[in-house]
Amino acid sequence: MDRFVFLTFDGLSRGAVYAAFALALVLIWRAARIVNFAQGAMAVATAYVAYSVVDATGSYWLGFIVALLAGLLLGAGVERVVMRFVDHSSPLNGVVVALGLVLIIQGVLGMVYGNEFRPASTPFSRDAFEIGGVALLSRYDLFVFGAVGAVVVLLTLLFTRTPTGLRMRAAAFAPDVSRLLGVSVGGMLTLGWALAAAVGSLAGLLVLPTELGLHPTAMDIVFISAFTAAVVGGLDSPIGAVLGGLIVGLLLSYISGYLGATVAPMAVLALLVLVLLGRPDGLFSSRSKARTA
Amino acid sequence: MTVLRDRVTTRMAAPVLRGRFDPLIVVVVGALIVVALTYTLPPFRTYQLATVGAYLCVTAGLTVLTGLNGQLSLGHGALMATGAYTLALWQNRFNLLAVGILMAILVTTAVGAVIGLAAARLRGPYLAGLTLAVAVVVPSIASTFDETFNSDQGLSVVLNPPPESMTVEQWQAWLSWGAALVTLFVLAMLVRGRFGRDLRAVRDDETAARLAGISVARTQVAAFVVSAACAGLAGALFAVLAQSVSPGAFPLTLSLFLLMAIVIGGLGRLSGALIGAVLLVGLPAVAHEIGEAAGSQRLEGNLALTFFGVVLVVVMLAAPGGLASVRVPVRRKTRAKKH
Repeated sequence: MDRFVFLTFDGLSRGAVYAAFALALVLIWRAARIVNFAQGAMAVATAYVAYSVVDATGSYWLGFIVALLAGLLLGAGVERVVMRFVDHSSPLNGVVVALGLVLIIQGVLGMVYGNEFRPASTPFSRDAFEIGGVALLSRYDLFVFGAVGAVVVLLTLLFTRTPTGLRMRAAAFAPDVSRLLGVSVGGMLTLGWALAAAVGSLAGLLVLPTELGLHPTAMDIVFISAFTAAVVGGLDSPIGAVLGGLIVGLLLSYISGYLGATVAPMAVLALLVLVLLGRPDGLFSSRSKARTA
Repeated sequence: MTVLRDRVTTRMAAPVLRGRFDPLIVVVVGALIVVALTYTLPPFRTYQLATVGAYLCVTAGLTVLTGLNGQLSLGHGALMATGAYTLALWQNRFNLLAVGILMAILVTTAVGAVIGLAAARLRGPYLAGLTLAVAVVVPSIASTFDETFNSDQGLSVVLNPPPESMTVEQWQAWLSWGAALVTLFVLAMLVRGRFGRDLRAVRDDETAARLAGISVARTQVAAFVVSAACAGLAGALFAVLAQSVSPGAFPLTLSLFLLMAIVIGGLGRLSGALIGAVLLVGLPAVAHEIGEAAGSQRLEGNLALTFFGVVLVVVMLAAPGGLASVRVPVRRKTRAKKH
């Protein structure tokens, strides 16, 4: 029972990160109808930026903030320089270009930093508090919950309470009408990519210390988990992404805890297959789009 | 219905693969060139030639799947791993290479059929995501069942020595090019006929294809199975060439490289598959030499990675319609010739 409780908290902590990462995927999907397959690589790139800053200044928080800013810039840059010019007549085009970006980013990171694992620093201890003899949560887990919670609240406020959020939703929902009404549709798209990339890099910064550390391909498996989370929740639904992230996090935690860590990736694949074949629009929706998207 | 079908399919019967050359002649000439090359090239170049042959098997199959049928698969690296491990396990028990290669093709075909059944129900990013998951997850299977697959170290492959009159490299080149040319011939014959028309019809307009009486799902699964068989063969050849298999030989980047190869080679043309296969061997070799000249180990592998990525993005952006339009000029040119 103690173990179950521990695994549950561990799973929620992991799930929070997957939720943030899935949220980043959903943001771009809603804005541009592209699944950003380069999201993982982009997040790793900003994590390397953080690594360099921490290495030079010794301050985790400075690295943290610079990495998030780098995420904003990288997202905006990718949209402005590359994604804007992708032809959308076939959904494959965006996917192929994003995969090209993955190769570029991983190649450049490998050239600059080398292909060995580097330790990623944490601002708080990862030793769990014990409550009644049961190891529950570490300070770091609380930090993860706080950071992801703040992102979810801020994004919700942005999209529901601010004129900018309204413009972003309008630009995604009805681009032509929005343009007639004076909304800069292209600008909103760039903003959406920038925000999504920043959220993605936050997720990367949070998850990398709990895995093996920094490596150009370190986010591959995280990307798969987050993609599964986004699909579980339905690619269109931000709330679904958060719930999906928690579900995937719990599942991975129980599976690694009881069956061994090497089985976990297969469990993700199995979940992805089951959801795609059973409820391709996610567990929380009633319409079918995966077959025509 | 038959009239409609004829109309739709003649329109679809783009002469993309209805080459100016008879496939049989191409195969015979190709075989002669390869044999000549194996007697003139130094051993290392012959080995690279053999690798091109092995890559050609999988890029040709992928061309049929992605170029002609419009299904994007990022899981072909994993399918190659399936073929390679099947061959390794078979060789280490029975040491009968011909049967081993057949077994590798059969097992991979079966795995491909399972993925293909799922793939036929999915479109666009969903299909890409699923096959990406396959490519990332499959290497971890080797660590989970480490008694059979020996974890990250992988397995070595037992092989009989080649006939005395040949060097190892010559034998390898003959084997992989024999397989590649047979693959090309079979695929060329397949896509010339009704199957090829069905593939293109489904790719261009599913609704029209369905109206014309083509079973969309069956065509898509068939395309996946055919390309999986090719990937299994390629995987088996890689196991023979390297005389070992390990999860590290089939990373996600392999699948992305394959995709790049067929995009650059020109989607939907089997000749493009050859260009892609040559690039897959040639570019890393060039990058390796640049890396050595610069004395930087970091440069070696990653330069090729970056270069492939840049080429992939540039090709996709420069071709005005992206993937779909890469084919259009070819089609127009040949159509104009007819009149």
